[in-house]
Amino acid sequence: MTDTLADWLQSEAPTSRRQAVAGNTYRALRAILTNPTALVGLIIVALLILMAVFAPWLTLGQSPFTQDLAGRLAPPSGAHLFGTDELGRDILARTLFGARATLTIVILVSVIVVPIGLAVGTVAGYMGGWVDTILMRITDIFLAFPRLVLALAFAAALGPGIENAVIAIALTSWPPYARIARSEALTVARSDFIQAALLQGASTWRILFRHIVPLCLSSVIVRLTLDMAGIILTAAGLGFLGLGAQPPEPEWGAMVSSGRDVILDQWWVATIPGLAIFVVSLGFNLLGDGLRDVFDPKSA
Amino acid sequence: MIAVTDLSVTFHNGRRPIRAVRGVSFDVAAGETFGIVGESGSGKSTVLKAIAGLVPSTSSVLAINGRPVAQRRSRADRRMLQFVFQDPYASLHPRQTVDDILREPLEIHRVEGIDEKVAKAIADVGLQPMHRFRYPHQLSGGQRQRVAIARALILNPPILLLDEPTSALDVSVQAEILNLFGRLRQRYSLTSILVSHDLAVVAHLCNRIAIMQLGRLVEIVTADDLRSGAVTADYTRRLIEASRGFTRASA
Amino acid sequence: MSEAPLLIVEDLSVAFPGRTGVTHAVRGASFSLGRERLGIVGESGSGKTTMGRALLGLVPRPGAVTARTMSFEGRDLTRCSERDWEGLRGRRMSMVMQDPKFSLNPVRTVGWQISETCRLHLRTGRRDAERRALDMLQAVQIRDPELVYHLYPHQLSGGMGQRVMIAMMLIAEPDLLIADEPTSALDVTVQNEVLRILDDLVRDRGMSLIFISHNLTVVGSFCDRVLIMYGGRIVEECDARQLHDARHPYTRALVAATPSLDEPRAELATMARDPEWLK
Repeated sequence: MTDTLADWLQSEAPTSRRQAVAGNTYRALRAILTNPTALVGLIIVALLILMAVFAPWLTLGQSPFTQDLAGRLAPPSGAHLFGTDELGRDILARTLFGARATLTIVILVSVIVVPIGLAVGTVAGYMGGWVDTILMRITDIFLAFPRLVLALAFAAALGPGIENAVIAIALTSWPPYARIARSEALTVARSDFIQAALLQGASTWRILFRHIVPLCLSSVIVRLTLDMAGIILTAAGLGFLGLGAQPPEPEWGAMVSSGRDVILDQWWVATIPGLAIFVVSLGFNLLGDGLRDVFDPKSA
Repeated sequence: MIAVTDLSVTFHNGRRPIRAVRGVSFDVAAGETFGIVGESGSGKSTVLKAIAGLVPSTSSVLAINGRPVAQRRSRADRRMLQFVFQDPYASLHPRQTVDDILREPLEIHRVEGIDEKVAKAIADVGLQPMHRFRYPHQLSGGQRQRVAIARALILNPPILLLDEPTSALDVSVQAEILNLFGRLRQRYSLTSILVSHDLAVVAHLCNRIAIMQLGRLVEIVTADDLRSGAVTADYTRRLIEASRGFTRASA
Repeated sequence: MSEAPLLIVEDLSVAFPGRTGVTHAVRGASFSLGRERLGIVGESGSGKTTMGRALLGLVPRPGAVTARTMSFEGRDLTRCSERDWEGLRGRRMSMVMQDPKFSLNPVRTVGWQISETCRLHLRTGRRDAERRALDMLQAVQIRDPELVYHLYPHQLSGGMGQRVMIAMMLIAEPDLLIADEPTSALDVTVQNEVLRILDDLVRDRGMSLIFISHNLTVVGSFCDRVLIMYGGRIVEECDARQLHDARHPYTRALVAATPSLDEPRAELATMARDPEWLK
């Protein structure tokens, strides 16, 4: 049974569009899974997602919100695997639930940043001329804003909260994607296949959307995964400053912040969430590295 | 069918303008295959691109089927004239299957019966149904060029322009593609212009041939003139001699 | 030819191990070369370029070169260390490649490159090397050697670049020159000029030449003998003037498929590739 499926996927003579696309996806997945860096990164990211989704079942019976002031700052033990924080809440449970905040920020930022970057970049790269100049100057303006400062400004103006953190991060993160998309578009814009599309009467919209964007996607995805680490750290930084998820929602940056005062004697309060930030950032970095190798046309 | 008078193309990259084509004039009758031969820098490919509207040009006459064409071509104009590019590796989108590539012109012009037309186009150029859903990197150079020809002919244009269609191919594959073109032009009564640096290739398929050098049209000769050496320009004579291979006597 | 052959090759094979198995680029090739011009003709994938590289010890890793005999001027090439090769290359055997854009060092003047070759192989002093380089530039019919000496490769036209390449490869007076598609990147009128220069130099110095190309017309008119390669094997060996009477079906098909100005045909012959040819 699996033999025929493998044959179907790897067939050199696909008989339908579905088969061709499935075959391509299979080949790409195979390439990712055989690259050790990408594989480790993928596993870590997968663990993050599992943690976030299945948090309620993984907490070993503890709740992230139940306070126990008598048992505050308790060291790791059988009852509390990673100890308790300054309000007696189980750190394991809070770390697991904190993954949700992290994942939310990562997904929301991606969903905003990639379309904007692609749109601005491909239009600028393909159309050239004054359109290019104007779009690139707008990109430069956004690039000039320091992330954290802008986030503070938003928090001051709109109030703290995870949505505003997402907006602040997204607004300062999209310019590099526009630059990447633009440079890919510039390379591709003079190609024969684009000229062929023009000769058939394709509209600019069709050329951008159907021809140029698919070619920019792999670079953008690689950049996104590499950026994730930075985004997670920024979100943690905002949380640290009290601008991200608001209490009692667990959030890794906020947890590190609240553990600051007791770091020497009760190290687990700050270190466990700190380790989580580190491992997840590393995971995304490795995945991005691996993806870059996989997508590199020279290794194809 | 195609009338060109005093065509000029000037490129303005950098400081000095480059006059790639200077005052070229010729006519192509309906059903004829007209050849243009030249070396690098002769402007032969640029002439073709100017007729296709891919590069801006100036001319006193540039008419297709009796009607002058504007610089910006309309969608209807696009159905009159199609192009086959030199490099089979660069003229197909790397992320589209053969099916996608052939559907696109039909979708753009809202033609009915896309599926049958695509299947017929694939058969027309000698490919198998099993090639239909392959990506370009899964095809050989000759197969890619067949797809490019299929794409050019799928809208049934009366005019086909070919820019060095076989220069990047092996000799045996070139023979297959040239034969294919010979059959298709007869089947569809195509009017075409074939550009190449290879005199033998052009003489094989064309009766009237323009010789170009450094942007200018040197002369227009027939294939028989080339064979018998009845040409007026010295440059043409040099080209003929060079195409015969190496000769020890110095010119 | 009464003297011993310059190059003897018997059962030469080059294999490249890869992820999907071993690719045999050259299979059991055998030929000998005297003081003559030998052409090697083949299409892409025939193994002609790999064979040329193997003769100079330039097959990249992980390619493996094996041969029953591969000897040059009596010297066994299969046992050469990298040091031995360095002594041979440039000095006794040289190679001219297809595109001077990619085979000349872009950050050095052409004069420097030619005289460096001279200093390296002939161990002459700097001034002597410069003089020889200028002489060589003159020999390849460059009209203003003094001027061209100080130019960089990107400032040269294709034809001039190839002439510089020839000058560089011949200055140490090798006995064997291997030319791998030397004129394929050139315009057809320039091609003949470069071939004429090569012709004169090879004849004047009594060198042997191996001319690798996909262009049957050029090889047929320039060389004395021709080898036809297909699928890594030599399928035919014949006199250059007798290509039309070739015996192997692939050669006949190749000749029939090449369009010729003087022999108009309605259709060019296409070949049915017989898998027998690969055995």
